[in-house]
Parts: sequence; C-alpha cells; structure tokens
Amino acid sequence: MTEPILSIAGLRKVYSGPKGTSVTALDSVDLEIRKGEIFALLGPNGAGKTTLIGAVCGLVRPTSGTITAFGYDLATDWRAARARIGLVPQELSTDMFETVERAVAYSRGLFGHPPDAERIAEILKSLSLYEKRSSQIRELSGGMKRRVLIAKALAHEPELLFLDEPTAGVDVELRKGMWEQIGALRERGTTVILTTHYIEEAELMADRVGIIRAGRILMVDDKDAMMQRMGTTEAVIDLAAPLSAVPDAVADFPLTLSDDGLQLCYRGGAVSSTGSSSSGSEDVAALTKALIAAGVDYRGIDVHDSSLEDIFVDLVREGGAE
Amino acid sequence: MAAGIRFNARGAWSIYQRELMRAMRTAFQSILSPVLTTSLYFIVFGTVIGARMEPIDGVAYGAFIIPGLLMLTLLGETTSNSSFGIYMPRFTGTIYELLSAPVGVAETLIGFVGAAATKGLILAGIILGTATFFVDYEIAHPIYAIGYIILVTSSFSLFGFILGIWADSFEKLGIIPLLILTPLTFLGGTFYSIDELPEPWNTVALANPIAFLVSGLRWTFYGTSDVSIWVSLGLTLGFLALCTCVIAFIFKTGWRLRE
Repeated sequence: MTEPILSIAGLRKVYSGPKGTSVTALDSVDLEIRKGEIFALLGPNGAGKTTLIGAVCGLVRPTSGTITAFGYDLATDWRAARARIGLVPQELSTDMFETVERAVAYSRGLFGHPPDAERIAEILKSLSLYEKRSSQIRELSGGMKRRVLIAKALAHEPELLFLDEPTAGVDVELRKGMWEQIGALRERGTTVILTTHYIEEAELMADRVGIIRAGRILMVDDKDAMMQRMGTTEAVIDLAAPLSAVPDAVADFPLTLSDDGLQLCYRGGAVSSTGSSSSGSEDVAALTKALIAAGVDYRGIDVHDSSLEDIFVDLVREGGAE
Repeated sequence: MAAGIRFNARGAWSIYQRELMRAMRTAFQSILSPVLTTSLYFIVFGTVIGARMEPIDGVAYGAFIIPGLLMLTLLGETTSNSSFGIYMPRFTGTIYELLSAPVGVAETLIGFVGAAATKGLILAGIILGTATFFVDYEIAHPIYAIGYIILVTSSFSLFGFILGIWADSFEKLGIIPLLILTPLTFLGGTFYSIDELPEPWNTVALANPIAFLVSGLRWTFYGTSDVSIWVSLGLTLGFLALCTCVIAFIFKTGWRLRE
C-alpha cells in the first residue's frame, strides 16, 4: 500500500484575469498517491481541488510542475497514463439523448478498449443500472445519472479513479449507496481520489486525507494519524458549587473556568499541553480523580472528541488567518 | 495502452461512430431538411425557370445548377454539423471525457471530420438521387466528383470544427454559415456562370473563394468550368492544410479547450 502511482511535484496553475491580473489556483503542490488507497482531498470552495484533478486528467494545462502517473510523465506519455485514469466530474455532464449502454460503450472505446458487452453489463449491474441500459439518460433520476457517470468512468477499468464531489447534492440514502460503491472499488484494488464537502464522507472512507486551501496543500496524513495528532478532547464538567478560580490541584490541566464559576472546561488532546503522551480521555479521567481528591464535587461531565471536521475547520481557519 | 503509442485507433473509431449516430438521431434536421430545401431549388430554378433558360456551355440550365446546389447544401450542412458537434460538448461540459481520454488531435479530427465527410457523401448521394426526379444529367468524372466532394466536406468540417471552438454562443455558431457561407455560395456561380458576368463583376466574383469550389465541382460533373480545375483543387487543398494547421495549434495551446 505504499507504492506511489501518482506523483505531483511543484504543480502550479495561474489563471490570467482581466487587465493583467492573475489568480493562482494551485501553488507549488506536492502530492503522492499510494496504490490501492482512498485519498480524500478536502478544502473549501475555490481551494483548488477541481483544478488539481483537472491538471492530472488533462482538462487544465499546468503553468509549471510535473505530474507522473504509473511512472509516465503526463507531459510526454499522456496517452499511456490517461488510459489508466478515470474521472467522474462534479457536474452531470453527459449526452442526455444517448442510451445508458451506448454511453458506457462509447467511453470504453474512447479509452482504446475493444467492445465487451459482458463487461459493460457487469458494470451496469454493479451500479444497479442494468434494467435501464436501453433508456435515454435524460429519462433517469439525478442519482441514476450520477451512477451513469461512474459507469462511464469505470468502462475502461481504470486503476486510478477521480471522484469530484461524488455525493454533492444527493440524498442521504444515495450517498450511502455511493459509499458502498466506493468501498467496492477499493476491494477491487482501484485507487480512489475523492474530493468532498462532506467531512463525514472522508472520515468514513479515506485512508489518507489531504487538506487544501487557496491552492496550497496544508497537510497530508493518514486519517487516523491526523486524528490522533491533531484531535482534541473537550470535556465540560458541571460543578455542584461555583468556584472562584481553578483549584491548584488541577492547575496543570488545560482548564478554563466559566464566568459564573459553575463549569470547568477541559480542552486537551492526544499530546497534552503538559507534554505527556496520554490521550485526552485518559487526561479527563485523571482530572476527575484529582477534582474528587481536592474535594471539588461535580454533577455531570460531557466529553467530546474532536472530529475530522473540527480539525479541518481549525486548519482552514488558521490558514485563513495567516 | 503502452508508452510510445502514438495513435488510439479505437478512440478515433468511437468518435466517428458516435458522430454518425448523432446525425442519425437528428436525421430530419441533418438529412431530410437539406434534401427538401434542395428539391425546392430544383423545382423553382431547375424546372420552372430553368425550362425558359438557354443552356450554359452546352449544359441544360437545370443540370448546370446541380453542382452549385450541391455545394450550397454541403458547405452549410458540413460546417454546421461539425461546429455543432464540438460546440455542444463544450457548452454542456461533456468535452471533459474527450479531453481526459487518450486521444489527441489526430484521433479527434479523424473521428469528427471522417463522420462529417461520410454525412456529406450520404447527403450528396441523396441530393443527386433527388435531382433525377427533376432534371436529366450525367456526371462526366464520377470518381473525381466523389473525391472532390470528400475533399470539400473534409475541409469545411475542419473549418466548422474551428468555428465550434471559437464560438462562445449559439449566435456566433450560426453567424458564419448564414451570413458568410450562404451568400458567398449564392454569389459564387451556383445559378450562373461567372464567365457570363460583365466586367468588373467577373473579376470581383473571382475574389470569392467559393466560386472556385463550385467551378471545380462543376468540372467533375460536366468537364467545363469557369476556372482551371487545378486552381480549384489547389485552393481547396490549401484551405484544408490551413484548417489542419489551425486545429493543431488549438490542440497544442489548448485554446478554448483546456483551461
């Protein structure tokens, strides 16, 4: 799972604007994607996610930098590289008057593969589209149209698949169906790079997460390592009686006292502010014992571990404050 | 597809098939509509007015106008079909698939231009078949006629391709065929021989490049023409080469295709 199949180095894309202005959509992006992983690229609107995908897939001409896929330089051996890459775009872009089966067969041929009715039937069945194979795409529901785009992208059996906001604007049930399909792709050994606004999606699906803002990759890490390294635990302790100050016995913990003195708020994490390597939950357990030992009574504790979303929001906010 | 492969034949074939199917899907617009229009020309100019006209260069007027009418239809239809074929994917966003596929300028052009040339030949065959109901004619050089039609439809489908990439609105897409190609074809000797025009109009007419195309096709039909067939052929080949160079430049720079 460590062999990189996609390497991006120093990728930069600058769009020219009116009156000599320019917008930097990608700024010195370095990224390596490992074979067989699901990589989630997170970022706010306009962060450069779609531009990055477009640069790899041939839709955007990079200003500078190199992209290597499967060992082929995309600037020179683009045919060999593109033949192994699939793209599901964000927009529902397909010829609406074509039948489902013909649209998928066209995609297969376009990528240089011979006709294979059995393989196409298999793809359509896996996406629950087989019954609709003779229907015009315009007759299908929005969710089915999106699945047609996935079928078209899978028609040439790509080893690397880009999913640009695959679940944007779809209902909860369909979104879960998409997650199952992405999981099935992973089982088949397909490497998947997805962009999403739904952090929950990345949290559930991804092996690694990259966070991009204003065209710069802020962080790339294993999802679990990122959660452990950057995640925090927040505990709100409702006190039985108000305090005037944080007791000395618990002064080493990262605590704040509410204005009315009735709540102690702990915010620490996997690496605590005291430098110990204890996890946040262990820290909270030690804190509660220390409070009891110091004679401070409490009525309840609300403990909350931060999610990937919290980490994402913090990172993007910090980046924005630069 | 291994490294070093420079041509994706299946990709080109897929584009070709798809473009032909698109034409079949819109057969009324692509084929029946021009056939109906051309039939009306034959009825009005070939049968009704033509019966009162003197033969031109020994060719009955009804037969004389066939190459011009054929050119009028082929230029308009080929340019429109080709420009629409590339403009619509740009407009709807489906061009992403073409741009992300392992196909380059050669496969794209062979697919689009091959389909447009095929459609042109089918259309020419139908129009010539329709003409037999209205006028008597014989084609002096049928093989040259087919070759010339393929050359002209290929050139104008390339031109249409450029137009479809240049246009950023449906209005622009229609401007060139309607406001430039059709008037130039009408004034390019479709209904008369340029030789019969008085000076200075005879010289002015030769500034119209379409006049050379009409004249060239007329030579393949009747062995007579206003200008030398070699000049017509040279001009058409030059136009084909120019359009190919422009498209190669567009693909190289990504102008209006890749962001």
